[in-house]
Amino acid sequence: MTGGTVLQTDALSIGYRRARRGDVVIARDLDFSLRAGELVCLLGPNGAGKSTLMRTLARLQPSLSGQIWLDDRPLDDLRPGQLARRLSIVLTERVDVGAMSGYGLVGLGRHPYTGWTGTLNEQDERIVQWALQAVRAQDLADRLIVEMSDGERQKVFIARALAQQPRVMLLDEPTAFLDLPRRVEVMDLLRRLANENRQAILLSTHDLDLALRNADRLWLLSAEGELFDGAPEDLILNGAFERVFSAEGVTFDREHGSFHTRQETCGRLLLHGDGVAAFWARRALERIGYAVEKEVEIEGPAGQDSVLGAISVHMQDGGPVYSLDIAGRMDSFATLDALTTFLRQGGAGGETDAKVD
Amino acid sequence: MAPGLLLAGLALVALAVFLLSLAVGSVRIPIDEIVAVLLGGDASKPAWATIVLKFRLPKALTAMLAGAALSVSGLQMQTLFRNPLAGPFVLGISSGASLGVALTVLLAGVAVGLGGSTTLLAGISLAGDTSLALSAIIGSGLVLLLVMTVARKVQSGMTLLILGLMFGYTTSALVSVLIYFSVVERIQAYISWTFGSFGGVTWRQLQVMAPAILLGLAGGHLLMKPLNALLLGETYALSLGLNVRRVRLGIIGSSAVLAGVVTAFCGPIGFLGIAVPHLCRSLLHTSDHRLLLPAVSFMGATLALGADIVAGLPGSQLTLPLNAVTALLGAPVVIWVILRQRNLREAFAG
Repeated sequence: MTGGTVLQTDALSIGYRRARRGDVVIARDLDFSLRAGELVCLLGPNGAGKSTLMRTLARLQPSLSGQIWLDDRPLDDLRPGQLARRLSIVLTERVDVGAMSGYGLVGLGRHPYTGWTGTLNEQDERIVQWALQAVRAQDLADRLIVEMSDGERQKVFIARALAQQPRVMLLDEPTAFLDLPRRVEVMDLLRRLANENRQAILLSTHDLDLALRNADRLWLLSAEGELFDGAPEDLILNGAFERVFSAEGVTFDREHGSFHTRQETCGRLLLHGDGVAAFWARRALERIGYAVEKEVEIEGPAGQDSVLGAISVHMQDGGPVYSLDIAGRMDSFATLDALTTFLRQGGAGGETDAKVD
Repeated sequence: MAPGLLLAGLALVALAVFLLSLAVGSVRIPIDEIVAVLLGGDASKPAWATIVLKFRLPKALTAMLAGAALSVSGLQMQTLFRNPLAGPFVLGISSGASLGVALTVLLAGVAVGLGGSTTLLAGISLAGDTSLALSAIIGSGLVLLLVMTVARKVQSGMTLLILGLMFGYTTSALVSVLIYFSVVERIQAYISWTFGSFGGVTWRQLQVMAPAILLGLAGGHLLMKPLNALLLGETYALSLGLNVRRVRLGIIGSSAVLAGVVTAFCGPIGFLGIAVPHLCRSLLHTSDHRLLLPAVSFMGATLALGADIVAGLPGSQLTLPLNAVTALLGAPVVIWVILRQRNLREAFAG
């Protein structure tokens, strides 16, 4: 294994064993590795086998063939306690734990280290405190889990996994039930934890945008069982996203790193102006079906011909004003709502009906 | 209040009720006399010493052991199955014992009912008889073996729970068939066994019952750490390094011994095993088994003694069925506790 590699697979096949009808193979011959200090996001369409892969890596279900190495030792050779000191998990589903405080829950993370009564010694207590601090949840120590919001629960469950002091943390859709600010917070937290503690963190998610912005590497698992491993940007450039997520009516926009439903454009518009207002004006126009291009991107008379009109964004009295110029007619709008409503209703006398094929 | 203090308080209350139970009954005996007798001295009336040592003491000890055993067993089942409705008998332990007793008592009755000889059966005396205890032990022991065998095979706790339930239905169906064909006196004898009683246990029987229950209680307390891990569910427990299958067998084993032994000697005593864990959780506000296990032991012992005192209707010659008393007194308390905390969140039910 190369330096820093914590977990490595060798021709790993995952799936389910069935007694008489033969095995269900979800993915075969997977070779990949996790390095210390990196955050890896596992993405893939529903049913591709993300959970199966996570469960197999956590030894919650057996692999069909191949080998998983954890810390240079075969996963299957580790005793349960040894595994628990090297690998911890955070599950998607909400677990009802009864009357337990945040501190009590994180304390259970010390289970692999404590004696037969499970009582925490001084060092355990220090580590529990440290774990709570690391997820910035010191204030949740005395609160009951049942009284916490979903975001707070997720934080203490991550702290619990941290308290196991693992080399690898596996999280199955840790952002699934959180609102957007909490998702950003949790993802940011995990990246920080990976980098600061030199742990390897693997999480599965459907949050493409957050994964692209935070992950050191992505694993894309396709429905056919192929795994694409690389930096997010590389996977965008080399077309792995299209391969994995190709579906009827959906395209991957390499420029923005997001998926769009395929639709006919209503026409091309030129955009004049810079800054935040211009950025969001572009998004608004794209949303209602226009192809928007910056002025400079169009060159030559041929390009100009197919253009429907132009939008210019400038600031006036401290707010943006959007001026629309179609076939010589000028209209100004104070909000993007007014602008998009105007365009959707046919704009300046039906020109927008003329679709550009 | 500090948990340690609460535990000490629960232990003191148990001791006080223990002394009280020796004092009250058809005859009232002063506490200082009881203490004197217990310490090996003489009572001012010789009859008192006999009453205390021969009748009340074994009964009180039986009640304490049974109450603690059923409560620990109930707590274990509630945690293992993550179900607030679980109790010591969910796996069919009492059904097995009931079937054993029904076979002994009623089959004899069936023979009589079908015109057999009654003289052969006259030798079987009933309530508290060793033959009843024996048939109950065989019945619950067979169920225990069955459950352990199944538990070794099946993956999910829910499957076990349903199997236990189905087994309960099957045995009670068999018992009804036996009742249907039996004679009135035998049916009455069987039914009075189902009422439950701490009074039938002799010193001789206590020599078997007490070590078995103390062993079961010790085993239950040894499992406090795995039980705490199981609060997170089986997947997390596995990821914490717990050998879930082995721990499950251990929990089921100790729980079944506790419930089985109590049922064998005292009859199927309901309610305590389900109620006491709930009362302790809401008193201590914790799911931590390091506290809950000793707490339910003390509280179970106390409540069993209390129920026995009430069932004895102090000052009268009458007694009430023990099972009726535990439920009549206990149900309102549990309802009050549960309504007060508005929901069962402290006991897994979302």
